[in-house]
Amino acid sequence: MAYLRSILRSGKNAVPAVLRREFHRTLPAAVQVTVRDAIKEALDEELERDERVFLLGEEVALFEGAYKVTRGLWKKYGDKRIIDTPITEIGFTGIAVGAAMAGLRPVVEYMSFNFSMQSVDHIINSAAKTYYMSGGLQPVSIVFRGPNGAAPGVAAQHAQCFAAWYGHVPGLKVVSPWSAEDAKGLLKSAIRDDNPVVFLENEIMYSVPFEMSEESQSKDFLIPIGKAKIERKGNHVTLVSHSHVVSRCMDAAAVLAKDGIECEVINLRTIRPMDMEAIETSVMKTKHLITVEGGWPQFGVGGEILARIMEGPGFSYLNAPAVRVTGVDIPMPYAKHLEENTLPQIKDIVFSVKKTLNV
Amino acid sequence: VGIEAGINPTDHLITAYRIHGYTYTRGVSVKEILAELTGRKDGIAKGKGGSMHMYAKNFYGGNGIVGAQVPLGAGVALACQYQAKNEVCVTLYGDGAANQGQIFEAFNMAALWKLPCIFICENNKYGMGTSVERASASTDYYKRGDYIPGLRVDGMDVLSVREATRFAADYCRYGKGPILMELQTYRYHGHSMSDPGVSYRTRDEIQEVRGKSDPITMLKDRMISKNMASLEEIKDIDAEIRKEIEEAAQFATSDPEPPLEDLCN
Repeated sequence: MAYLRSILRSGKNAVPAVLRREFHRTLPAAVQVTVRDAIKEALDEELERDERVFLLGEEVALFEGAYKVTRGLWKKYGDKRIIDTPITEIGFTGIAVGAAMAGLRPVVEYMSFNFSMQSVDHIINSAAKTYYMSGGLQPVSIVFRGPNGAAPGVAAQHAQCFAAWYGHVPGLKVVSPWSAEDAKGLLKSAIRDDNPVVFLENEIMYSVPFEMSEESQSKDFLIPIGKAKIERKGNHVTLVSHSHVVSRCMDAAAVLAKDGIECEVINLRTIRPMDMEAIETSVMKTKHLITVEGGWPQFGVGGEILARIMEGPGFSYLNAPAVRVTGVDIPMPYAKHLEENTLPQIKDIVFSVKKTLNV
Repeated sequence: VGIEAGINPTDHLITAYRIHGYTYTRGVSVKEILAELTGRKDGIAKGKGGSMHMYAKNFYGGNGIVGAQVPLGAGVALACQYQAKNEVCVTLYGDGAANQGQIFEAFNMAALWKLPCIFICENNKYGMGTSVERASASTDYYKRGDYIPGLRVDGMDVLSVREATRFAADYCRYGKGPILMELQTYRYHGHSMSDPGVSYRTRDEIQEVRGKSDPITMLKDRMISKNMASLEEIKDIDAEIRKEIEEAAQFATSDPEPPLEDLCN
């Protein structure tokens, strides 16, 4: 079952991957890498490539990362480049932004983006707005990364999704990877980008292995920020999603395929700037659109996509109103059954698709 | 002026929003400053920043959120340490900002990591309209750094400020860590354009400071009494400056505003 899942997840590499494995070819093969390790590889490669890059955050050095993402990096790069901070988010975020203003390229880790709320003033007022406010004189090259959104069993204060919050702000780029390749290629691009980038990982995805193509194993493998990826082609309905929810969409698509409904699953990869072109092209083909996200409904990512579809060329192609499937509009509860039902489940996506297609 | 005389142009400086003087001492022309104040295209930030957001080489603004500039300044100091160029960062804040939590967070990390940061509290006795006694449980701002050594300096005496800054900069350059300075000074006008400045203090108080402790007057009197300059030389300097300012003001009111095409550039 897990094997089947990983095949589904590797998207269009599925068939060649199976063949390669079956015939044990010795070509430089694709390898299985977890999202966690992909992030670490990206950090390691960028630290090696550019002296100005350094990491700071709680427990990133000696503890090797609260979620072990930065394991081994402190041993390799030392105190100067991997810095453990005290539990003072607004302070260390300000320090990181100041260092970026003075020409370094910090990568700030938040143990959870929920804690970034303490630092929001620096992310927005000190980082996002500065390049514009200074008339182009002062760039701020910084990456803010960490787990965002739902995590199992952590309850309300540790499970909020910030994609819509940060996606709202001009001056920021906001990235939300799903697969290991996403994580690696996008993080490398984020670190090399001269703008402030908010990099929303997800704890649920850290341990999930994905097949990484040979190309993605190169040290210069970059995925452009602002381009979505079609994880699964289909003709009947477009599902647009980001982060861990893409997995749910792929699972739902597999279930629907048994009923002859072929979903096109788009992995947004970037929240801001959003790849509306990819969504519109898909909608013009399938004529049906459903956005699926883990965050709250009001003023969310889905709401923005739907508004833009209304305003753009895709609208006249729709055969049914475009709808959103989102997390429930409540603080995340603790009890397992309640928690499960707060996020979009496979059955919710299937229900929404069938309703939209009127079947 | 005193601070600038105590450091090098290759050092760094950051402050809050009362920045026009610092923008000048950090190398921006009067013309560009006034043009930014009037929102013109040749202002230092191309009209996009305004009074509170001016930047220059090694000058990081120009920050509108009270207290935010302090961790930023500690971060610039981190970059100085990281790049090992023997530079320091002067990080200024006011008595009003001195109670901000993020300042204490910055103190902690600066001391922990021995960042070459000179924290300077400009105590002008009022945070907007609130006097220091009504805002702070302790008004000994030079002691608020706790484990960071602190100096109390007469902020109205340019030479004292220069000497104290030199001392502080040397301290930091020797890698001893951060240091704190409190400059005791005064604010003649209100907080901003919309504040006449007299609902929370008396006119007499303002007059007294102007009469007895004005920094420019004090320096002028000292130079003349010690025969370092004559009254004529000072008059000539005054006239030159007046001319420069008038030209700049003329420019600032005649330069065009930024074109609409620049809105999203």
